[in-house]
Amino acid sequence: METLVKYYAHISTVMPLLLKGAALTVQITALSVFFGTIIGLGMSLMKISSNKVLRLISTVYVDFIRGTPLLVQILLIYFGIPGVIREITGETFRMAPLMAGVIACSINSGAYVAEIFRSGIQSIDRGQMEAARSLGMTKSQAMTNVILPQAFKRVVPPMGNEFIILLKDSSLLSVIGVHELTRQGQLYIAATFASFPVYLAIAFVYLIMTFSISRLVSYLERRLSISDRRD
Amino acid sequence: MIDVINLQKSFGKLEVLKGINLNVKQKEVVCVIGPSGSGKSTLLRCINLLEMPTSGTIVVNGHEITDPKVDINKVREEVGMVFQRFNLFPHKTSLENVSMAPIKVKGMSKEAATEKAKALLKKVGLSDKEDVYPDSLSGGQQQRVAIARALAMEPKIMLFDEPTSALDPEMVGEVLSVMKDLANEGMTMMVVTHEMGFAREVGDRVVFMDEGLLVEEGLPKEIFDNPQQERTKSFLSKIL
Repeated sequence: METLVKYYAHISTVMPLLLKGAALTVQITALSVFFGTIIGLGMSLMKISSNKVLRLISTVYVDFIRGTPLLVQILLIYFGIPGVIREITGETFRMAPLMAGVIACSINSGAYVAEIFRSGIQSIDRGQMEAARSLGMTKSQAMTNVILPQAFKRVVPPMGNEFIILLKDSSLLSVIGVHELTRQGQLYIAATFASFPVYLAIAFVYLIMTFSISRLVSYLERRLSISDRRD
Repeated sequence: MIDVINLQKSFGKLEVLKGINLNVKQKEVVCVIGPSGSGKSTLLRCINLLEMPTSGTIVVNGHEITDPKVDINKVREEVGMVFQRFNLFPHKTSLENVSMAPIKVKGMSKEAATEKAKALLKKVGLSDKEDVYPDSLSGGQQQRVAIARALAMEPKIMLFDEPTSALDPEMVGEVLSVMKDLANEGMTMMVVTHEMGFAREVGDRVVFMDEGLLVEEGLPKEIFDNPQQERTKSFLSKIL
């Protein structure tokens, strides 16, 4: 009983800090998904283009990012890039942890989003492109007016997944000192040694966020399926 | 309107068209018949370059489309195509399906294109389905929307690739009657079909294809009542 009271006291003390961290976590995730979507859409179009060089660039990018751990990518960008700049220019360059974190997460997310979009685009029946082309549309007109609007609907569920995965993985940014949710908790634990209640509280804050996102995604999914009731 | 000269098409090692020569005149309705795998759909798809010919020449409405320099999008604006599986855009209503290409390709104003689309839907008997999405339409209705969609670009030639093959039997009639009206209005049409009744009644000329070759062509009466070639006879005896 005494322990529970102590835990409760820790949790209520740490909660404002955790919520502050959670706000940053959401911002990092939203920014990374936004840039990741732009990168991913571009990469997916490159991957299905008829230009060999574009296809190669996108294949190398996707394979490299998906084949290496996000933690390593974060460290590579945070420590590696300033090092390279120092080598070249001789000047000391320090990257803000938050900026490095958003860059790493965006680049990482871009690779997964590229695959989501590629499979979404390729899942659209070939006849759709043929019908659009037979009406005189160019390939890019057909893409923007016919293929992509249909593909976007199909990628909503996997994109929701990607959002959730990224939100959880952003906890890795704690290692480079970004004061997001996990890091905020760790700082409190370092001073109080209250590992169990604080990590449990952190876990629940993540759970609430991921659960909300997945509810939001299924709502979106239902809204978007108005025009294809058979699905 | 359409001149096909020694057209060949191979998919890898498989020769689908082995040198086709064919001419379609203005306002003519040419029906292409033949067994599955004879290359009739491939021939049709070559005429608006949905398939790239391996060799040979195709001239459509004065443009040599097999010339790599030709702007194929311009040519396709003049050649409407109707597919076996309709290929309507599922995220757009009937009306939007019909008005999209005039807006995007011809740069027509939204008001003008919508008005035109309404008129075309009326023509195919679907005025009451303007705001309905394709998935809520029957197969026959979808195919009629698809015909209206192709007509919206004011094509000079219409290609039909087995337009009734994916339909339930009771819906075939409504689609054929729209096509018949079109033929009577003087549209130049090339129709790949298994509807022998339509070919006989509406076709000006019937072309029989088998194994990538044009075996026999002539007036519908000649082909159906008095075929000259053995292969035509054996095909017709199986289906009539």
